[in-house]
Amino acid sequence: MLNMNAFFVGLLFALGLIISGMTDPAKVIAFLDLAGDWNPALAFVMGGAILIGASAFTIAKKRQRSLLGAPMQLPAATQLDKRLVLGSLVFGIGWGIAGFCPGPAIVSAAAGQPKAWIFVAAMLAGMALYSIIEQREK
Amino acid sequence: MNLSDFTLSAYIPSLSGGLLIGLAAAMFVLLNGRIAGISGILGGLLQADKGDKIWRVLFLLGMVAAPFVYRMAFTLPAVTIEAGTVQLIIAGLLVGIGTRYASGCTSGHGVCGISRGSIRSVAATLTFMMAGFITVYLTRHLLGL
Repeated sequence: MLNMNAFFVGLLFALGLIISGMTDPAKVIAFLDLAGDWNPALAFVMGGAILIGASAFTIAKKRQRSLLGAPMQLPAATQLDKRLVLGSLVFGIGWGIAGFCPGPAIVSAAAGQPKAWIFVAAMLAGMALYSIIEQREK
Repeated sequence: MNLSDFTLSAYIPSLSGGLLIGLAAAMFVLLNGRIAGISGILGGLLQADKGDKIWRVLFLLGMVAAPFVYRMAFTLPAVTIEAGTVQLIIAGLLVGIGTRYASGCTSGHGVCGISRGSIRSVAATLTFMMAGFITVYLTRHLLGL
């Protein structure tokens, strides 16, 4: 049941990305381009998502287990550390260069965009590099 | 943006798509007890010490299925990818490494984290947006790429 729901949620999430137009890097860059022909669409997407998300997380935070009985696994960290800030900075630079963040890149790659394949391959390499570095430090 | 062009109706698809993304995130936390963060779900597959691979693979398969499902009823929206190969490789590497160090991306921090009221996620979102604004300003308006 949990696994089936994971598939369904992934599908729903990605359909949301397609409908919202966020699988198009040009739209994302138009949001990031404050000095150009600014397009606020991304703010509407995030606003809509947070509107629903906020009520769900309010309920989730009060529970030990999910409605299907799985343990509630919410992040426990509260500290603003160097990893969070520098990581976000690096991510934001990459996001600004290509207009892709992980979700839309995966969907565009699945839709058959060869340029998205290149981006996803490089992103996977970056994630693998992180895993290797982390493993070594342990 | 020309203010006279600003009509709210133009953003109905953005808002509806956003509501759907929120619904997906809501379902995932309420039913599976997990954060719908794409970089974390994908990155967890590349970590040898993570045993929980099946739900991650299924979540990603669901995402991959979406364009095929969408195409059964509609035409996929047009996509413009202006970045060249070198830019795509650099950007991909930065997004891959950055999201893993930051423990999240637009979905995990931007949607789920802010919904959760997490200060870390608010800080992460402000940081990557600021970095995105500056990067696009530099590439578009100063370097003219």
